[in-house]
Amino acid sequence: MKQQYLTVRSVTEIQKNIYKMKLSGNCTEISAPGQFINIRLAGFYLRRPISIASWDAASLTIVFRTVGAGTEALSRVEPGTSLDVLMPLGNGFDLTKGGSSPLLIGGGIGLPPVYGLARAMVQEGMTPRVIAGFNTKNDVILTKDFNFLGIEPVITTMDGSEGLRGTVTDAAANADTGYVYACGPEPMLKAVYDICGDGQFSFEARMACGFGACMGCSCKTKYGYKRICKDGPVLQKEEIIW
Amino acid sequence: MVNTQVHLCGLTLDNPVIPASGTFGYGREFAELYDLDILGSISFKGTTPEERGGNPLPRIAECPQGMLNSVGLQNPGLEEVCTRELKELAKIYHKPVIANISGFSVEDYVTCARAMDREEQVGIIEVNISCPNVHNGGMAFGTDPASAAEVTKAVRRVTDKPVFMKLSPNVTDIAEIARACEAAGADGLSLINTLLGMRIDIQRRQPVLANKMGGYSGPAIFPVAVRMVYQAARAVRIPIIGMGGISTAEDVIEMMMAGATAVQVGAANLVDPFACPNIIETLPTLMEKLNIRNLEEIIGVIE
Repeated sequence: MKQQYLTVRSVTEIQKNIYKMKLSGNCTEISAPGQFINIRLAGFYLRRPISIASWDAASLTIVFRTVGAGTEALSRVEPGTSLDVLMPLGNGFDLTKGGSSPLLIGGGIGLPPVYGLARAMVQEGMTPRVIAGFNTKNDVILTKDFNFLGIEPVITTMDGSEGLRGTVTDAAANADTGYVYACGPEPMLKAVYDICGDGQFSFEARMACGFGACMGCSCKTKYGYKRICKDGPVLQKEEIIW
Repeated sequence: MVNTQVHLCGLTLDNPVIPASGTFGYGREFAELYDLDILGSISFKGTTPEERGGNPLPRIAECPQGMLNSVGLQNPGLEEVCTRELKELAKIYHKPVIANISGFSVEDYVTCARAMDREEQVGIIEVNISCPNVHNGGMAFGTDPASAAEVTKAVRRVTDKPVFMKLSPNVTDIAEIARACEAAGADGLSLINTLLGMRIDIQRRQPVLANKMGGYSGPAIFPVAVRMVYQAARAVRIPIIGMGGISTAEDVIEMMMAGATAVQVGAANLVDPFACPNIIETLPTLMEKLNIRNLEEIIGVIE
């Protein structure tokens, strides 16, 4: 982990209350999709942890939903602004465990790190399959980004306004769920956990430090207590206790 | 050249800056970022006799100029701390440390103090009688002078190391508690622990913290901390480690003028992992600006 500055290059509202922000700076230390950055914002005491959607050596992209005053402020940061960030944080996904064509499942604002994972897998010559679940068509994000990778995500919406009607596990009913990578709201993660053979699950938590010092996001696993920020956010299926 | 050394019950600290218990773990995460040996000391994560998993999530809430936490004394338990964590800490930090201990009964405190007494690197035992995040203990001992004195006496009996009682700000009269600890044999006082607080998510109509209430820390509580350190320092003759919202070298000077001999930096470590090194680096320049040659000369200068 390093404390460093990233420069905001662009902020785009890609759906109502969902923003894509591109930042430039040294990103060479990012080692795995699923890692996150912790951003300091003027006027707020705690940093805001946001997962990395994609990155290269000199830039990264985050996609976030405005859910409170902190993310609202982040969405209003002007291009050119320098942001104080701690990065990279967390363990990220392990690409090597799910075979050459694993199933990736993302729900809502949990989709961006799944996109990063798919991108890394494609770069490794793998052919991931993707299911992306949302509440309505107004929440659907990143479809074109997946298409650009050569992936046609199976889209589900709860109200049927786009793609299949229902949940991601409905869409997974006829798919090979032997090994699944998942990120999304906890009820979705639990549902995916129940139908898959094995897999990796990325969790979200309110954090203070984001780098393992405060125990603010510690949870019990089969292998002892783990900090979502430092030992996670990705947990292996076998260790999760719901 | 200015002198940043301070003396605490026979220990000489290179500078008064100590990371506060619960905000620094056992130093590992910070050792990846800087050489811990620049620190005056380290107060490591609070230890209880048995392992504790802590409270349900969420445990953290944003506040104006600070944060609430309801971690609840999560720690691996006394045996694991002594056999593993302190061995690891000794590899990355080479000065005396402060053993923060906690409990739910007088016997718990005694058990922890006995074990910490045998640890060579432990220079001070800091007895947390002020944790707001656990029931049936913690803060209950620190909000009643007779109970505070009882814990002090019991711990005092089982160790030769200096005993600092860590006090709660959630009291009507801090001077009374401070005097009770001093009379019962405390070698020093640490204050303040966090202020009991609460936040409500108005959309969900639910408390933000799963435990409903938590401890408020950060710059917002600094004036409260300065006031209470001042009041305690006027009430006792034993040294005080001052803490509560310290984030800058200016804060260190202010806290020492109020009566602290050393200081602890807590929440600041979490939002800026370089908070302690930055304070230590800027302290000499600030001292020169303020015409302070020896840092110790300002301790308690406010009448």
